[in-house]
Amino acid sequence: MEETVQHFKKRSPKRKQERFGKTISLVATIFIVSIVFSILFFVASRGLRTFTEHGVSAIDFFAGTAWRPGEVSDAGEPLVGAFPMIAGSFLVTIFSALLATPFALGAAIFMTEISPKTGKKYLQPVIELLVGIPSVVYGFIGLTVIVPFIRQIFGGTGFGVLAATLVLFVMILPTTTSMAVDTLNAVPRYYREASFAMGATRWQTIYKVVLRAASPGLLTAVIFGMARAFGEALAVQMVIGNAALVPDSLTTPASTLTSILTMNMGNTVLGTLENDVLWSLATILLFMSLFFNILTRWIGKKGAMK
Amino acid sequence: MNEQIVSTENVHLYYGDFEALKGISMEFYDNQITALIGPSGCGKSTYLRLINRMNDLIPGVKITGKVNYDGKNVYDEGTDTVELRKKIGMVFQQPNPFPFSIYENVAYGLKIAGMKDKNKIDEIVERSLRKAAIWNEVKDKLDENALALSGGQQQRVCIARVLAIEPDVILLDEPTSALDPISSGKIERMLEELKKEYTIIIVTHNMQQASRISDRTAFFLDGNLIEVDDTRKIFTNPEKKETEDYISGRFG
Ligand SMILES: Nc1ncnc2c1ncn2[C@@H]1O[C@H](COP(=O)(O)OP(=O)(O)OP(=O)(O)O)[C@@H](O)[C@H]1O
Ligand SMILES: [Mg+2]
Repeated sequence: MEETVQHFKKRSPKRKQERFGKTISLVATIFIVSIVFSILFFVASRGLRTFTEHGVSAIDFFAGTAWRPGEVSDAGEPLVGAFPMIAGSFLVTIFSALLATPFALGAAIFMTEISPKTGKKYLQPVIELLVGIPSVVYGFIGLTVIVPFIRQIFGGTGFGVLAATLVLFVMILPTTTSMAVDTLNAVPRYYREASFAMGATRWQTIYKVVLRAASPGLLTAVIFGMARAFGEALAVQMVIGNAALVPDSLTTPASTLTSILTMNMGNTVLGTLENDVLWSLATILLFMSLFFNILTRWIGKKGAMK
Repeated sequence: MNEQIVSTENVHLYYGDFEALKGISMEFYDNQITALIGPSGCGKSTYLRLINRMNDLIPGVKITGKVNYDGKNVYDEGTDTVELRKKIGMVFQQPNPFPFSIYENVAYGLKIAGMKDKNKIDEIVERSLRKAAIWNEVKDKLDENALALSGGQQQRVCIARVLAIEPDVILLDEPTSALDPISSGKIERMLEELKKEYTIIIVTHNMQQASRISDRTAFFLDGNLIEVDDTRKIFTNPEKKETEDYISGRFG
């Protein structure tokens, strides 16, 4: 009896190993979490200085339309209205998602429901390739093909929201498509069988059963695409024109949060208002990506409850 | 005498090179339950799915012979499988309701057939759920997700879903094998009620079930139909030695 108790009390090598593994993963987790929080804290604390140190009012910042950091208005207020960039960011995100979603869904339906063989053999590799292309390449193509094309058709410079939308459309298409494909593939076969067995056509089955059963996942795919579009800097900066103006047409130069950030980050002095407002823009970006993240999680949870 | 509704003539089915059905001829009659029995892998499901052309969905399937329904061979060129499957409904082994509400599950077949009249749909949904002996259990939660029901309830919703499109023939592939005895009993009693209006073909591994509810029983072995006869005859005095061995539990 005593011996048995001793036996169980003694730590076996396996248990030691287990503890070791647990310790390592705990340390790694703490490390990652603390990095994330330091970034959040760092960016937000700088971003807030615009309001605390420099006394810019939140309304002037979020709703103001004049963006000339370093200059002041007649009333002596600094001209740091971020509304043009906020509007630009939302516009290109929404437009590119609106454009990409039907194509992504169509491609995903083709690859999973209509012709899985061709899909696997040809489309899948193409899409994987597209995902991997660096954004500067997309931007470069946009600059040399799309911008001149728009210039020819609509006149003006060709730079603007339309060019950015088209570039982003191509960029988020593969992301959204491949996520949509995964979602559709995850719809159990027996839903399709049940639908066919009730005399549904293939199209009815796709439309009324498969897409519907997959809708939370498809929504997530679209939001992932939007998150990518919202956060994309380089490619957008190359084609949008980077004029901090509220876009009054799709083909006049505009700007986004990211494009203004990448343009100006290196040209300002630390601690000045010019620098701190950029951090404010970065803070908005950060919170938006947090928002997209929470949204997808929330949809996932709601979908799982169904 | 019951009217002959479905019959097969010398049907062979190949999955690629593998011959899963080796020349099967038999008839199915109105207002009767025909049970298909036989050891696992003998081709019962394959044979059942042949009748409403569900095997068409599997790549590499080749079929010869005839399946007659409504005076025509369902494998004729011009057959509309969509129409065919509305007339020959199917219930699967695993309850497979759509992840929608109970109401939408039962109304599905009506909606895809283009029915718009809400009152009529409501009426058919209720009637179908009543026939499937589940109305009382779900009438207060028609808008709840069907996946939240128990397995036995889900299966009855699936049966109601098929009844709603008013088929002539109902194919059931081991509909109670995933269910507890009480749920199975409910479904058995329901089937006995339903046979007054339909032709029912049921695959089952449960000998008692076959002998309890079916009028005729067909015994399959290795892709062959060994024997088909009145259920009482099959279970008391079969013609073939293999049948006797199987029902007395000597193999399979
Ligand atoms: N999709 C398929 N592709 C290839 N072979 C198949 C396919 N489906 C079934 N088979 C084969 O055909 C034979 C008959 O299968 P079937 O599912 O009809 O048997 P069953 O009598 O229903 O068996 P069980 O009682 O286990 O359900 C089996 O040998 C099986 O391996
Ligand atoms: Mg089977």
